[in-house]
Amino acid sequence: MLTNFIEMLSYDFIVRAFFAGLIISICAALIGSSLVLRNRSMIGDGLSHVAFGATAIAVVLGIAPLEFSIPTAILASFIILHLSQNSKISSDAAIAILSASALALGTFLISIKPGVNIDLNSYLFGSILSISTHDLIFCIILGIIIVTTFLLFRRQIFAITFDEYFASAIGIKVKFYNALLAVLCSLTVVIGMRMLGALLISSLIIFPCLTAMNLSKTFHQNTIISVIISIVCFIFGLTLSYILSAPTGATIVLVNLVALVLAWVYNKLQ
Amino acid sequence: MSLLKANKITFTYENSAVFKDLSFSLDNGDFLCIVGPNGCGKSTLLKCLVGQNKLSSGKITFGNDFHFNQIGYMPQNPKFNDSFPASVYEIVASGALNRVKLLEPYPKERINSALKALNIQNIARKRFSNLSGGQRQKVLLARAIVASEELLILDEPSNNLDYHSKQDFYKTLQKLNETLTIIMVTHDLDHNNLIGNKILSLDKDHPFFGTTAEYVRRIHAH
Repeated sequence: MLTNFIEMLSYDFIVRAFFAGLIISICAALIGSSLVLRNRSMIGDGLSHVAFGATAIAVVLGIAPLEFSIPTAILASFIILHLSQNSKISSDAAIAILSASALALGTFLISIKPGVNIDLNSYLFGSILSISTHDLIFCIILGIIIVTTFLLFRRQIFAITFDEYFASAIGIKVKFYNALLAVLCSLTVVIGMRMLGALLISSLIIFPCLTAMNLSKTFHQNTIISVIISIVCFIFGLTLSYILSAPTGATIVLVNLVALVLAWVYNKLQ
Repeated sequence: MSLLKANKITFTYENSAVFKDLSFSLDNGDFLCIVGPNGCGKSTLLKCLVGQNKLSSGKITFGNDFHFNQIGYMPQNPKFNDSFPASVYEIVASGALNRVKLLEPYPKERINSALKALNIQNIARKRFSNLSGGQRQKVLLARAIVASEELLILDEPSNNLDYHSKQDFYKTLQKLNETLTIIMVTHDLDHNNLIGNKILSLDKDHPFFGTTAEYVRRIHAH
């Protein structure tokens, strides 16, 4: 497998995908450690569908997809936050409405616009070939922003993740941190969607944290283990997909699933 | 000057007053129990005191440079994810977030002293979700103590505790009251088990604010 791994890295497009994937794995695991523990996992899923819809609109209108889908996903994340905090619609219903509508709109637009010739599968399930140097630079910037934000605000993020009411009572700006997490989640989803696809990117946010929860006693440990698991599963999944000529996104998700099952079994045996 | 003074405060929700023109005050060292039937606005009042709900009218003032975020608050029945990986120490330490700057370390002595005061230093490294109901309440109380040197506001802290855990918890509160002012919403106020020196009843038929002794006299008179 090591030989395959080294051989794989002799291709430029895989090197780009490798580094971009590493950064996305770290970012997704960090975001996931707060979203999953607050039972808000589906936000990532909803945002990825919105990002797909936005990408489709951008393609049809001839606008740069990344530049259009980022603000759209951020706007959608604020709408989800607003609906879940202030409306009588529950947050999962709000996410389902946005998610299904965006997915439907994206598929509809791509299908009816004459002259648009894009591979729908690559947007839905990701493509390792789609990571450009521009995407990689964006990933690096995103990675720096997310990791720095987490290091700086990790204690506040823990406080609002564990008990929002108490955090608010001692003066932590809960709305600000919720908005910050929503923006970071949108950015992670948009850039990760290129490689893993709209239907699979949320798993990179959800799986590592769920796996780590079986192995950790503290939030601090959980965050670190999530990141390690996310990185290991990504490298293993990417290499396996290269060896088996299988879709990268799907292989990474399946490796994450195996890791989750193993961690769950380990936890039960303890 | 009083530590806390509520002057004719009113909170309205969907055009209906939850409580109206309520006035009371607390001095340092007081232990106020807020009582009343379900839905009379006890928890709503606490949320107004900690700044989570905005009053419709009236004013709450704190003495001596005291501020909302210096209150040690213990919310009612917080719903925790049972698989949440958080250690006791992490939770208690998070109470200090109202006093530390962004890159400043947590005040270890203060956290350890809160753990010691509640006799939970031996479980500091344990996972919160593995603790009993009584232990969990002590952890949340320790977090509130770390947050405040002066005032604790507790929303039905003895809920879900069995008789012995409840007695143990109340003893701990009485000991803490030697140095801290406490406001507590409770359902457990029976004549044989009175706690605190002041009572605020939000019962619309029998409103009351005064000393516990006076409250008992009134109940016996009825």
